[in-house]
Amino acid sequence: MSLIVEVRDLHYVFEDGTEALRGVDFTLRAGATVALLGPNGSGKTTFALHLNGLLRPSRGTVTIDDMEVTDQHLRAIRRKVGLVFQDSDNQLFMPTALEDVAFAPLAAGLTPDEAAAKAIEALRLVGMEQKSGKAPWHLSSGEKKRVAIAGILASDPKLLVLDEPTTFLDPPGQRSLAALLSTLPQAKILITHDMPFARALATEAVFFQSGRIVARGPVDEIVERFEW
Amino acid sequence: MRHARLELWSRGTSFAHRRHPAAKITAALIVLVSIATLRPVHWRVALAYFVFLTAMTASARLPILRVHLAATAVLPFALVFAVLSLAAGTPERGLAIIARAWLSALTTVLLMATTTQPDLLAGLESLHAPRFLLQVMQFLYRYLLVLVEEAGAMRDAAASRAGTVGVLEFRRAAGAAGVLFGRAWTRANAIHQAMAARGFTGQIPRFRVFRFHPADLAFLVAVAGPVVALRFIAG
Amino acid sequence: MHIPDGYLSTPVWVATDVVAAPTVFWLARRAQSKFDHHRVPLMGVMGAFVFAAQMLNFPAGNGTSSHLVGGALLGCLMGPAAASIVMTAILATQALLFQDGGLLALGANVFNMAIAGVFAGYLPFALLKGSRTGLFLAGFCSLMTAALLALSELLVSGVAMPPAMITVSLAWFAVSALIEGALTMAVATALERIQPGCLRRPQSGSRAWVVVAAAATLLASFGWLLASAKPDGLQSLALRAGLTGRVSSLLSSPLGEYQASFIANPALSRTVAGMAGLVVIYVLCTAVSRAWAATRREGA
Ligand SMILES: Nc1ncnc2c1ncn2[C@@H]1O[C@H](COP(=O)(O)OP(=O)(O)OP(=O)(O)O)[C@@H](O)[C@H]1O
Ligand SMILES: [Mg+2]
Repeated sequence: MSLIVEVRDLHYVFEDGTEALRGVDFTLRAGATVALLGPNGSGKTTFALHLNGLLRPSRGTVTIDDMEVTDQHLRAIRRKVGLVFQDSDNQLFMPTALEDVAFAPLAAGLTPDEAAAKAIEALRLVGMEQKSGKAPWHLSSGEKKRVAIAGILASDPKLLVLDEPTTFLDPPGQRSLAALLSTLPQAKILITHDMPFARALATEAVFFQSGRIVARGPVDEIVERFEW
Repeated sequence: MRHARLELWSRGTSFAHRRHPAAKITAALIVLVSIATLRPVHWRVALAYFVFLTAMTASARLPILRVHLAATAVLPFALVFAVLSLAAGTPERGLAIIARAWLSALTTVLLMATTTQPDLLAGLESLHAPRFLLQVMQFLYRYLLVLVEEAGAMRDAAASRAGTVGVLEFRRAAGAAGVLFGRAWTRANAIHQAMAARGFTGQIPRFRVFRFHPADLAFLVAVAGPVVALRFIAG
Repeated sequence: MHIPDGYLSTPVWVATDVVAAPTVFWLARRAQSKFDHHRVPLMGVMGAFVFAAQMLNFPAGNGTSSHLVGGALLGCLMGPAAASIVMTAILATQALLFQDGGLLALGANVFNMAIAGVFAGYLPFALLKGSRTGLFLAGFCSLMTAALLALSELLVSGVAMPPAMITVSLAWFAVSALIEGALTMAVATALERIQPGCLRRPQSGSRAWVVVAAAATLLASFGWLLASAKPDGLQSLALRAGLTGRVSSLLSSPLGEYQASFIANPALSRTVAGMAGLVVIYVLCTAVSRAWAATRREGA
């Protein structure tokens, strides 16, 4: 039973003095799915940014797949952790969907042909291989989200972290995203305010409040306890 | 917006569309130089160029009338100078300016209507334009619509609350520009985070590599040859 | 202020391209090696911001409205070198996608707005240490320099303009420059409130060359205006300096439309001059970037 994520006593203070995280302890088993719930501003996004080394702990440690997040492990860790941001526009910065998805494999040193093969495979997984030549700004919100996820899958991550993946998606889009995610074998952390979505994918939930995890348990139990 | 139309046209599949972007850029520059050196006495050459560019438009299977209309955007400004030249007693100079401005704009429109923006940047790169500048242009183009939409939404929001459409009060408009800047800044940081999260270490990988085919050379000669020849024959 | 193709005479567009292209190359090289990579998306998004900010119309007197050119604002926010690159990217995009300004005239427009305009705006900002007056003068000088340069380039090219028209243009430039100054000040002040510390006040190290560059820019623009008001002055100067008649007529003859042919075949000379100009620019740029790469390698 290996742990893919192990976070100990994580504190984070922003430059302006905001204490966004005040002692978070968290673990996740390989292949498991957990929902992060909690009020706006409770620190969920800040937490997610630590998993990829985009933010560094003010105190405490973050360990991914037995590797501590430090400068020397950064490349390896970023390949293991795929972060899907809330606003797909920020994530899709290349001129076409295919080039965007191929960005990470190319950055990892694959040849253009290998990267293209990987990218096409990832686009096929999310059902977007038909749109590979399209510019991101010609895609609908749901399509953008799919391409963003493909961009993450292209580097074979072991952990997917999705920050509010269902915003901007219509109900059928939400359902098809849930269906897509449930077929992916990776461990997943879902940050969401969308309860049906959380219920459909996660068995467990953790609840954030003022920079701490105050509860962990089955999704329904957490929802009931915090009247969520 | 007008570049939306260009973008639509640029996704065509004609012979010209499929040529190496560097060949098209070079051809366009040669045509532009030939146009720029036209004098009033060369009105026949100007006419011939007009016919030639129209034929190119047709062969690229682009809507002829609309392409010409797109090029007329430069005419109002040119007309001012034509009127000034008329007043100065040299109407032929004014006409020359109109002709050169219009033909040049037509050439640029044709280049952009047969080349997608990413291809254009790739072509410029293969002509050794600075990569850094091209990458800035790539990001500029990518986020142009996003930010323009944000600005439009802000203007609408302001108008819906203030009950007036159009020009905002100066201070408030400056404040709005400030907010827009703040958002742009935050977005730039978010983009950089998303890039870093996917292994960006300072180099945007190069993906589009075009090979120069004999057909590209043929295209270059077929376009530049007659244009330059005409220019020289005219003396 | 975006000069389209077809207005400038061959010597003028070739000369401005010869000045602008290597400068942009050099700045881009410098930017690439000096800035952290964080800046590529930032600079692109800032360019898009200037585009978008032009959508917010600002009132300018009765009924008319005006919008930000942005060179001075960018200079104050990112420093002059980065601002030049961003302005160049904006101008190239405008020329290509919106036919706003020509492609051969891009060198002139880049020189006016992205190089001279940005540096001329940065001078008062740097000298007045980023005060509100400095910000106002930044916008004012930036636009005035760019406009004067554009006007003189047109005049040197022999575009017909009666004196009254020049007077009106100058008055119009002054009004636009006042507005640009007010806008630069207002937007920068609003920014400082939202995001304190976003203005890049110059460090002592970089000041010297910034001041030199900006002063040269200002001198250049006024010199050009003087020259264009008296084109024959330029010619006699060239003659006195011992330049050949051919060069002097290349320099001062506008389009040469009515001059006797100074070479056996004027079309040949003119077209060849144009093409040769492009080749020279290309070679110059390659040389600059090679030289720069070489010094970098030595330095490393
Ligand atoms: N760049 C920043 N600088 C300063 N404070 C910040 C910054 N980003 C976030 N914060 C603050 O940190 C706290 C946690 O923010 P975070 O974005 O992690 O919340 P969240 O749980 O994701 O909220 P939401 O559900 O609204 O997305 C908030 O108080 C927020 O104001
Ligand atoms: Mg959040």
